[in-house]
Amino acid sequence: MLSRVAGSVYWMFRYLERAQNIARFLNADFDQFLEDQGNQTNLWVSLLAVTGDEELFKKSYPVVSRQNIIHFLTLDEEYPNSIYRCVVQARENARSVREIISSEMWEEINSLYLAVRDYRSNEGRGSDPFEFCKAVIQSCYLFIGLFYSTMNRGEAWHFGRMGMLLERADKTSRILDVKYFILLPDPAWVGSAYDNTQWAALLKAVSGLEMYRKSYRRISPRDVADFLIFKQDFPRSVLHCLRYTEESMRVLAGPHKSLVSLRSDLETANVTDAMHGGLHEYLDGLQNRMNQVDSDIYQGFFAPKLNANVGRDHGHLGQHQS
Amino acid sequence: MFSNYKIDGVWDELLQSSGVPRPEFEPFFQALAAIPEHDYLRLHKEAERALIRTGITFVVYGDKEGQEKIMPFDLLPRIVTGQDWNRLEKGLIQRIQALNLFLDDIYHDQKILKDKVVPADLVLSATSFRKECVGLNPPEGIWIHVTGTDLIRDPAGEFLVLEDNLRCPSGVSYVLENRDLVKRAFPHLFEKLNIRPVDHYPDMLFEVLDHICPRVTEKRFGVLTPGVYNSAYFEHSFLARKMGVELVEGQDLVVENDRVFIRTTQGFEPIHAIYRRIDDDFLDPKVFRPDSMIGVPGLFQAYKKGNIALANAPGTGVADDKALYAYVPDIIRYYLGEDAVLNNVPTYLCGREKDLGFVLANLDKLVVKATNESGGYGMLMGHQASQAQRDEFALKIQANPRGYIAQPVVNLSQAPTLVGDHFEGRRVDLRPYVLYGKEIKVIPGGLTRVALKPGSLVVNSSQGGGSKDTWVIQDTMGGDHA
Repeated sequence: MLSRVAGSVYWMFRYLERAQNIARFLNADFDQFLEDQGNQTNLWVSLLAVTGDEELFKKSYPVVSRQNIIHFLTLDEEYPNSIYRCVVQARENARSVREIISSEMWEEINSLYLAVRDYRSNEGRGSDPFEFCKAVIQSCYLFIGLFYSTMNRGEAWHFGRMGMLLERADKTSRILDVKYFILLPDPAWVGSAYDNTQWAALLKAVSGLEMYRKSYRRISPRDVADFLIFKQDFPRSVLHCLRYTEESMRVLAGPHKSLVSLRSDLETANVTDAMHGGLHEYLDGLQNRMNQVDSDIYQGFFAPKLNANVGRDHGHLGQHQS
Repeated sequence: MFSNYKIDGVWDELLQSSGVPRPEFEPFFQALAAIPEHDYLRLHKEAERALIRTGITFVVYGDKEGQEKIMPFDLLPRIVTGQDWNRLEKGLIQRIQALNLFLDDIYHDQKILKDKVVPADLVLSATSFRKECVGLNPPEGIWIHVTGTDLIRDPAGEFLVLEDNLRCPSGVSYVLENRDLVKRAFPHLFEKLNIRPVDHYPDMLFEVLDHICPRVTEKRFGVLTPGVYNSAYFEHSFLARKMGVELVEGQDLVVENDRVFIRTTQGFEPIHAIYRRIDDDFLDPKVFRPDSMIGVPGLFQAYKKGNIALANAPGTGVADDKALYAYVPDIIRYYLGEDAVLNNVPTYLCGREKDLGFVLANLDKLVVKATNESGGYGMLMGHQASQAQRDEFALKIQANPRGYIAQPVVNLSQAPTLVGDHFEGRRVDLRPYVLYGKEIKVIPGGLTRVALKPGSLVVNSSQGGGSKDTWVIQDTMGGDHA
C-alpha cells in the first residue's frame, strides 16, 4: 500500500487511542475527586505529569486548577494532545484514507468528531466533562470494535493495530510511572484506605481494576506494576501490546530485531527485575525502546524517500519491469 | 405544496402554468402530489443528516480554516424527458468530438488558424495554450476524456451551452450521492417512472482509463488529488473508492527513467494511468509552474514517452477559454461539416473593438466574466451591480480587454424547490458529464445546480448554490440509448 496511506492509518489509531486514554485518565480522576474532596490539587497535577506537557500548560494557564487542567486536556485548541486536537487529527487522517477503511469506521470517527466539535463550540456548556469523557471513551471503543470486525486483515489493518498498541503501551507505562512516583513516597499512607483508593484509581484509569482483582485480590504497588507491565492476558499491559505489535510487524516485514528483543526481554523478566534498578528507570528504558520502534516504523515504511533513493531500490524496480 | 407557486416569464422544468404540470410529467406530478407534506420535510431533514454523518462535504476557499460544508441539497429531482435528453446527448457528443479535433489541430498543424476560422492570436496568446503540448500525441488521439458542460435553459425552453469545462470538472460525485439519497427517500416514485440509471459512472471512467492505458500486463490506475484540503477532495476519494484504484497525491509518485512509480510500504510499484484532478499549472514543476508543491517532477516527460496515460491530457484548457467559446459553433462546422445541435449563449468578446464598445455602453444589461476565472469568481452581474461596481469593472475591462467576455443576462429556467413547508421556483442549470474512451458517452442525468436565493441567477456551490438530482426518463419511443 501507499506509504503515505500506511502512515495515515497508523497515526489515525495513535491519535484516537491517545484521545481515549486521556478521557479514561480524566474519568478515573473524576471518580476519585468525588470520593476524596480533600486532596484534589495533587490529583490533577499528577494527571498533567502523565502527559509530560506541564511546561506547555504553564505557558497558557496562570493558575494550576482543576478547571484549567480539564480545559487543557479536553478542549484546548493550542495543545496538540488535547482530546479535541487528537480527535481532529485522527479524523483528518481518516479522511485521507476513506477509501481504505470501512464506511462504518469512517462514519463513527466522523460522528465522534462532530460531537467533540459541538461540545467545544459550546465551550463545554450543556454537559459536564465527565459525560463528555464517557462519550469519547464509548465512541473510541466502538471504532476499535468496527476496526476488528469490518476490516480485512491486510496491511492497513496491521498498521492500524501497531499504531493503537504502541500508543497504548506508551500510555500504560506513563501513567504507571507517574502515579507510582507520586503515590509511593509517603510511607504514612502505605496500606491505608486512602492509599488503596489511589491505586484503585490508577487501575480504573486503564480499565483494569476488575481484571486485576481476578489475579491478585489485594492491591499492592508491586502487584499493580506487575499487572500493568507483565500481565500477558491483560489487553492494556505493556507486554500484551508489544506482543501483538511484534506480530503485526512480522506480518508486514518479517522479524524486527529491536522489537523482538524488547518483547522477549519482557517475557523473561519479572517485576523484581523491574524494581531492582528503580521502577522509574526501568519504565524510562521501556519508553525509549518503544520510541525507537516508532521511529523504525517511520523510517522503514512511511518516510518520504527522496528521488535519489530510487536508485537504492533498483532491485525492486527491476523485478517489476522484467 | 404547489399553491401560490409562481412562474414569471421563465421556463419551468415541471409546470406549464401554476398548478398544472407539463403533460409529459403528469405521472411524476401526480406521484409527488400523493406524498404528504410533512413527509417532504422529514425526508429532507433525514437526507441532510445523512450528508453530515457520512461527511459528504466540500471546502469553501477563503473561509475560516477551510470550513467544510455540506452542499445544500434539494430533495425534489429535476426531470428531463427522454426526447429532450436525446437531443442534448447528440449535441454534447458533437461538441466534444469537434473540440477534441480542434485541440489535436492547434497542437499540430494549426489548420483552423491558417484558414482564419479562429483568430490565431486568440489561441496562441491565451495563457492556457501550452507550448509544451505542441506535437503531443495523447493515447488514442483523445485529449478530453472527462467533460462537465454547463447548460442553461432559456424562457423558450431551449437548452444553451454556457460553458465547456474541459480541464478538471467536478461535481459528479454529487450526482451519484444525490441519486442515492433521492432513491432512498422516494423508492416507489423512482421505480414507477422508469428513470435511467447513473451509478455506472465509475465503471465508465474506469473503462476510459483502461482504453488509454499503455499496453502492459498488470495495469495500475490512480486518481491524483492535490490532497485533503482541496475543495473537491471528497470527490477524488469517492471516485478512487468506487473504481477500486489508488488515490494518490503528488508526493506518492516518483518518476525514474521516464516511468512513473508509486511509493508503497514495500518499495516502488509502477502505475500506468492517472485520472488527474490537478490543474496543468501544478502538474509537473519541471515543465509548468516550478513552485508547485503538489505536482510530480518528470510526469510530463513520462507522459510524452507514452509510459503513462493522463486524463485529461495537458493543454485542454485552451479549448474551454471563455473567449474561444464564442467560436465553438464555427469549430464544429469546420471539423464536422455540421451545424451545432446545441446553441451558445450570444457572446461579446471585449478583445474585439466593436464588441468592446458595445459592452462598455451596456454594462447594466450584461453579465461580464473574466476569461481565466471559474466558479463564479471574477464576474459582474451588470443588472444587479451598483454604478460604482460597474465603473470599477469598466476600468478592469479597458486595462485588459482580452481578459473579458460579456453575455446578455439569460433568464435561467426554474424548478420547484422545497422552501420551508412548500415549493417555490428556483433557477437551475444542468451539468451533464461526458466521457471519451472507446466512444463518447454521456451519463444520462447530471448535476442540476440550483440558486437557492429567490430570483438569484448564480448557481455555483462556492456562491451558495445547492444541487438536485436530475432524472432522465427512459425514452421508449426514440430507440434505446442506455
